[in-house]
Amino acid sequence: MKKALLLLFALGVAVRGQSIPELTYDTNADMIQLPAFGEVAGVATNSKGHLFVYARTGHGVATLGDERTFYHNGSRIFQFDQNGRFVKEIGQGVYAVNFAQQIRIDPQDNVWIVDAGSNQVVKFDADGRFQLVLGRKPENIGVRPGPGVPASGGMPAEAAAGGRGGEGGRGAPGGGAGGRGAPGAGLNGDAFSRPSDVAWDRAGNIYVADGFGTNNRIAKFTKDGDFLKTWGHTGSGPGEFNQIRGLASDAAGNLYAADAGNKRVQVFDGEGTFKSQITAVGTPQAICVSGGATQYLYASNSNEPESMDRGEIYKVKLTGEVVGRFGRAGKLPKQFGMVNSIDCRTENDLWVGEVWNWRAQRVTLKR
Amino acid sequence: MRRLPPCVVSLLLLLSAATVHAQPVAGPAKAKASTPEIPFESVSNFFKLPAGTYMGEGVGVATNSKGHVFVYTRSGETRLFEFDQNGAFVKEFGVGSYGFSFAHAVRVDKDDNVWAVDEGTNVIQKFSPDGKLLMVLGKRPDPLEQLTLMPGGGQYSGANKPYSFHRETDIGWDPQGNIFVTDGYGDSRVVKYDRNGVFIKSVGTRGNGTLQFSTPHAMAVDAKGNVYVADRGNNRIVVLDNDLNQKAVYDTVGSPWAVCITNTPHQYLFSSNSFPTGNNFDQAPMTGEVYKMELDGTVLGRFGKAGHGFKEFSSIHQMECRTPDELYVAEITAWRVQKIKLRPTTSTASSK
Repeated sequence: MKKALLLLFALGVAVRGQSIPELTYDTNADMIQLPAFGEVAGVATNSKGHLFVYARTGHGVATLGDERTFYHNGSRIFQFDQNGRFVKEIGQGVYAVNFAQQIRIDPQDNVWIVDAGSNQVVKFDADGRFQLVLGRKPENIGVRPGPGVPASGGMPAEAAAGGRGGEGGRGAPGGGAGGRGAPGAGLNGDAFSRPSDVAWDRAGNIYVADGFGTNNRIAKFTKDGDFLKTWGHTGSGPGEFNQIRGLASDAAGNLYAADAGNKRVQVFDGEGTFKSQITAVGTPQAICVSGGATQYLYASNSNEPESMDRGEIYKVKLTGEVVGRFGRAGKLPKQFGMVNSIDCRTENDLWVGEVWNWRAQRVTLKR
Repeated sequence: MRRLPPCVVSLLLLLSAATVHAQPVAGPAKAKASTPEIPFESVSNFFKLPAGTYMGEGVGVATNSKGHVFVYTRSGETRLFEFDQNGAFVKEFGVGSYGFSFAHAVRVDKDDNVWAVDEGTNVIQKFSPDGKLLMVLGKRPDPLEQLTLMPGGGQYSGANKPYSFHRETDIGWDPQGNIFVTDGYGDSRVVKYDRNGVFIKSVGTRGNGTLQFSTPHAMAVDAKGNVYVADRGNNRIVVLDNDLNQKAVYDTVGSPWAVCITNTPHQYLFSSNSFPTGNNFDQAPMTGEVYKMELDGTVLGRFGKAGHGFKEFSSIHQMECRTPDELYVAEITAWRVQKIKLRPTTSTASSK
């Protein structure tokens, strides 16, 4: 009973947000200059302090006059050194690089991109060479009848549903329809639907947050990319999701899923067993778990595109206790516009990527 | 308001449907006749673009306090150029920006910042005089949420035209040089042309009966001119003679995504029961292997299984088998081609 009261009390103050300490911080919004301007969806540093940016730049292209209207271009991957100097671009013209969603660097300094246009996760080594490909880009976008055929005709059911009818024809990728029953459970495999993030455990097993499309699940793969298991489906109960916007793992192999639509971060062990949830952090979108002996979770309550409310980032102990918050939505330096990515290799030096403000800011938290 | 004659009204409707910008001109301006003309000149060739850089539609123009001129143009890409007060090219703003797709206006504020208004991306970008991005107003819509409005994948139509295909899949030749095409997703047929590309005949409709196919996905032609069609959706290889009459069906080797025939005196047929690309790993245990067969359909052996690793096959889409013991396989979902060397087995050795 006392515990329940305490919990209620904790929730109450979280909702009012008044007794959460404001953390002092500074930012540098000018440290990097993008070679091509666009929405900064992903930021990540490697062990040398190099920054990788996955940005939506230029345009996604749909070729005219084709039977196969598919999605190409639309995003680019840039590397900067520890002083913010542009080093190089990787992944030029890569099939899966379409709608940047997230970029992460694993402990071996491999670069992983998560693309919500191609529905793919691609692993590059530190030099930008392919290591692994997960998921498959839909062969075409939208549907239309063939020349001279009414819209209702022609398409046999098995091809329309995907399956073995063709390596094309998968109109709506993923989804519960072809999956394991529950809506949003997805297939046993890497048919992602707008995947949002990727994380690893110590053994190198891969966890993909899938995502903010029709799937609401986390898929687990071996380090070689072979499917192991998936958990979760659409819903609001423990282990259920409503738009997973971010995923991070701690040193013990626990997973933190930003379950944005349910306004919580869910904590699982590596087998998908629900452990707890963190609910005092607004609508968590970008999340990360810091390095160091004592790890912290950062979670961004990012603003919506039509609002300049919210925008603060929470610092949370892995036990779920909120340590403090900083920042708010806006377009000025030190403000945050639709933060989509946080890199927190160390506890007090962060990078945030902003979709609204087309920039990456270096954030320094003051002790 | 003056009543317009019907033909003008219909023209108005036509124009308003075609473009929201253009207004039809009903007559000369009221002040024109009574207003004196002012003499003027135009400076020719004022703007000097670098060689190989071209203007498109002139859509926006503005100057800053130094007299520099900013030109916003719709070209292959929408671009924003800066020229100095003498028309010399200075620089370009925002090359490759997410916020340039269809120019509409450029303005310079009192601090000489340059603001570009783009009606394609729904974005306004504020640049510093030296081209740094200072602010973004507006949000480009999520392109994925608009995909359902796009045309996309060609579907089965069965149009069966002599000289046009609908997502054709493969090609082969007989010893005389006649050309065979499997066509494909949008049709369900095999087409034969002579060596000069003159249409001879086509066979096949969609279905699972005789001379019917469900996505004829690949093909190989043997030295006698027989055609082996990988009828993928029907889980069978359909053998046609040189005149495209059905001879045989081999239906024990799964779903043939890729077939090839060796170019050796004794020819072998390889067929891949590929791991399908629906990303459903439940199907991995049932698929992924490649079969080695005699041309008469006798199955000699198999190799491989579904998976991401080396020596595993991740949705084989095409195979090359010039000789029986060395193959190349192209995989869709692992983004690679593997070179395969088969070690001869007793059964294959004895059949040689």
